[in-house]
Amino acid sequence: MPADIVLKKNQDQSLSLFLSGEWLSKNNIDNRAAVFDAVEKKDFDSIILDGSQITQWDSQLTAFLVHVMEICKQNNIRCVLNNFPTGIDSLLALAFAVPKHTEAAKTIQHKAFLTFLGNVVLQFLEKTKSVYAFARQTYASLVRFFLGRAVMRRADLFYEFQEAGPGAFPIVSLICFLVGLILAFVGSIQLKLFGAQIYVSSLVAIAVTRVMGAIMAGVIMAGRTGASYAATLGSMQVNEEVDALKTMGISPFDFLVTPRMLALSLMMPLLVVYADLMGILGGAFVGIFMLGLSPEDYFRMTMKALLMKNIIIGIIHGAIYGVIIALCGCFQGINCGRNASAVGSATTSAVVYSIVWMTIATAVLTFIFSVCGV
Amino acid sequence: MTVPFLEVSDFTVTYGNTVIMHDVSFTVNKEDVFIIMGGSGCGKSTLLTVLTGLKQPAKGTEMFVGRPFWGNGATKADRDALMRQAGILYQSGALWSSMTLAENVALPLEQYTFLTAAEIKDIVALKLDLVGLGGFQNYYPAEISGGMKKRAGLARALALDPQIVFFDEPSAGLDPISSKNLDDLILQIKENMHTTIVMVTHELPSIFAIGTNSIYLDAQSKTVIAQGSPNELLKNPPNETLKHFLTRGEK
Repeated sequence: MPADIVLKKNQDQSLSLFLSGEWLSKNNIDNRAAVFDAVEKKDFDSIILDGSQITQWDSQLTAFLVHVMEICKQNNIRCVLNNFPTGIDSLLALAFAVPKHTEAAKTIQHKAFLTFLGNVVLQFLEKTKSVYAFARQTYASLVRFFLGRAVMRRADLFYEFQEAGPGAFPIVSLICFLVGLILAFVGSIQLKLFGAQIYVSSLVAIAVTRVMGAIMAGVIMAGRTGASYAATLGSMQVNEEVDALKTMGISPFDFLVTPRMLALSLMMPLLVVYADLMGILGGAFVGIFMLGLSPEDYFRMTMKALLMKNIIIGIIHGAIYGVIIALCGCFQGINCGRNASAVGSATTSAVVYSIVWMTIATAVLTFIFSVCGV
Repeated sequence: MTVPFLEVSDFTVTYGNTVIMHDVSFTVNKEDVFIIMGGSGCGKSTLLTVLTGLKQPAKGTEMFVGRPFWGNGATKADRDALMRQAGILYQSGALWSSMTLAENVALPLEQYTFLTAAEIKDIVALKLDLVGLGGFQNYYPAEISGGMKKRAGLARALALDPQIVFFDEPSAGLDPISSKNLDDLILQIKENMHTTIVMVTHELPSIFAIGTNSIYLDAQSKTVIAQGSPNELLKNPPNETLKHFLTRGEK
């Protein structure tokens, strides 16, 4: 039997509420709002609630009674409870034992546009200051490293090199092979029209070595390694591991940031060369097995299209991406808050900022190379 | 005249414009087990971060074995040098997760001593034995229990034979028996290594079992409202707030 309330106005300026049925959280009470409206009208001196017909109950009933009693209290209406199940009294007593902390109540205020704008500017300035401080400390730490005074474990440095280099080979192989394959497929559709499918090899070689290999390696490393840096350093903040280093007089920049910066900055150019190779192999797969080109012709045309300047431009892109990804990952990790959701935000921000800055860097580099005529 | 081991005068600590505590002063003597107690959110752990140099006080001075740590012209280099005489056990243990227990304990020795690898290995084994973790050298923090992590953290805190060890709620998250065992271990280390202990806690059994001196930080007034031996304070509480705290709110 569903929960129900019957309202009855009495002669003596009182209102009787007869509650019946199953007052369970899974059941809705249809005339709940009507009851509250009636109580809030202040047409009564007292309200008498009768619970003799209640068959089952849980927090649904208690919450309803608390709400009614609060309205009565606010409007100076006497509230009487009759024949309610055992246990309700003590739960209500518990709910009203500690007065509400009205002084602590917080209302969310919607800020005016100018206030919002001002806060955004202030936050931007604050962020800029922390980026500057981070860059300064990273630079100082790198100087200490080259002077042989940085505190770090050789094992950690080698581990970071392994992780940023050979550790990324499987994913870089897969993605760059597929990107080479896609480039060759898309290119062949147009080139076939002119019977020039042999130039698929040149298209793939130039596109991959000049920028695509670097971009793909960069995006992969931002998602894989940059995110991992932010998450690792962020978790270390949460677990007070960074504090433990600081109080021991060990700079977290020497111990945590510099090995990662060095590893990614130095391994990225090598990964770009590897990505170029995998991209060319992906193109060759399409050229040889789908377009029917002979392997000799395909690789002869590829070698003809491969220019050292394009390879070097790709490597320069890669080196810059490496620095950007390491900086974004470590910055977000070191400045991470001290809770689980902050680690998630730091990780997301590391990837987003890495990709945004990589795109900006690509635009700038492309402009510079165009102006220089290379 | 004996110089106090740790002397804090008129500390005011803030986060931005919010005052966390003000006018906090106290003195820790050599071989004290000094308890910083108070309810949740009163700023005990924040005070510890200031005492250990991680956060700068807005006002006030701290003297460490007669030498300035905060204020009186103290620099970061001074604080780093002084902190080498201190060990810290964090609430979570704060072991470096990528290192084994032995590597965790060995790191401060590798950084600040000229010991050979063999000597370091022996000292690491000794420290782990002292905290009852002999044989666990090659375990990673993720492979041991919460209580063991705290003991390993203590072994690391003791690596450089510090004159003072700071504890941040060492009993948090431990069952009563592990908690008592850790208290006993702290007392043994204090007695045998003549170490001064500063402990942040609100665990009453620990406070009464090992505390020799204490302060009570009040969340309402944001300052110290009682100072003295915990057992003495229990007998003669100077105010109702402290009485409620020490008797778990009994009336």
